[in-house]
Amino acid sequence: MSPPRRRDRESLVRPYLITGGRAHPTRNTLDLTTLIQATRHADPALLSPEQRRTLRLCSGGSLSIAEIAAHLELPASVTRVIVADLVDEGHLATLSTEWQQHGPDRELLQEVLDGLRALR
Amino acid sequence: MGSEPSGEVYLPDSVRTAVKVLVVGPFAVGKSTFVDTLSEIEPLHTEETMTRDGAVVDDLHGITDKTTTTVALDFGRRTLSDRVVLYMFGTPGQQRFLSMWEDLAHGALGALVLADVARLEESFDVISVLEERGLPYGVAINDFSSVDIPSHEELREAFDLLPEIPLVTCDARDRSGTARAMISLVEHVLASPFQHAQESA
Ligand SMILES: Nc1nc2c(ncn2[C@@H]2O[C@H](COP(=O)(O)OP(=O)(O)OP(=O)(O)O)[C@@H](O)[C@H]2O)c(=O)[nH]1
Ligand SMILES: [Mg+2]
Repeated sequence: MSPPRRRDRESLVRPYLITGGRAHPTRNTLDLTTLIQATRHADPALLSPEQRRTLRLCSGGSLSIAEIAAHLELPASVTRVIVADLVDEGHLATLSTEWQQHGPDRELLQEVLDGLRALR
Repeated sequence: MGSEPSGEVYLPDSVRTAVKVLVVGPFAVGKSTFVDTLSEIEPLHTEETMTRDGAVVDDLHGITDKTTTTVALDFGRRTLSDRVVLYMFGTPGQQRFLSMWEDLAHGALGALVLADVARLEESFDVISVLEERGLPYGVAINDFSSVDIPSHEELREAFDLLPEIPLVTCDARDRSGTARAMISLVEHVLASPFQHAQESA
């Protein structure tokens, strides 16, 4: 069998790695994988029902934004806003900023690799 | 809604860093199956609202339906060490979704492109977008055992892969095969001289 080809060799242009500093629409936008942890107890009376649910969920341990969204059955965009507000208020804190700020580091990648190798 | 998740829902307290890999490919190629196989939690679903140019909407107000689209995402998680957790996002690869990758790809370690030998060409666009985006990727041929699989050489030729791009064959339902596919991607990222250039600005 002769599989189809993605493109002709002749017209090969290889923009293999170009994008460096991409503009972000919002500074400090929370990523789906930003890890969130509860910090201090909040007065429920001052919170919206959605904020209360979020805090209750997060009080059990750390989770990513994506997981918070999934467990609360909220769109990720809505979850981001709720979490961002709670972080600003000091009720929640973000954990995983290393990777997002500095990009992949070798030590971390090696740890990922070792963890995957242990799965086989 | 309302019921509290328990037990293994939460990450170990020691985990500090999340890494993200996109599992991409055309319709029904096995993305969800792949993520499910490697995930330690029941796969979860959420939706991401994006503008046409791929920006994520993070303002609850002033959104009009004309300029935004909703993308359903399924994802899984695997804790890989005391401090590191891997998140895998099954990401639709159809043409109409390609412009929405900007945010999903942001901060991602890389992407695994799933392909089905019976319709290889459906994975071509995705590969081109990843190259333009500069996101490291590997290709995993999902073995549905229905068609003879061409040689790796023929497959590389078909996908027009640079020699360093990993290409593996796997069964998305198989733990060690999916782990091997993921390993090939991470090895590639580790070997890449470009890794520190990404997203550092
Ligand atoms: N034989 C075989 N079947 C598979 C394999 N991977 C997935 N399937 C089946 O193929 C079908 C599609 O798999 P999914 O994992 O839902 O594919 P998907 O890419 O997530 O599909 P969409 O999200 O709808 O685009 C399911 O019925 C799977 O059980 C595989 O490696 N071998
Ligand atoms: Mg799916």
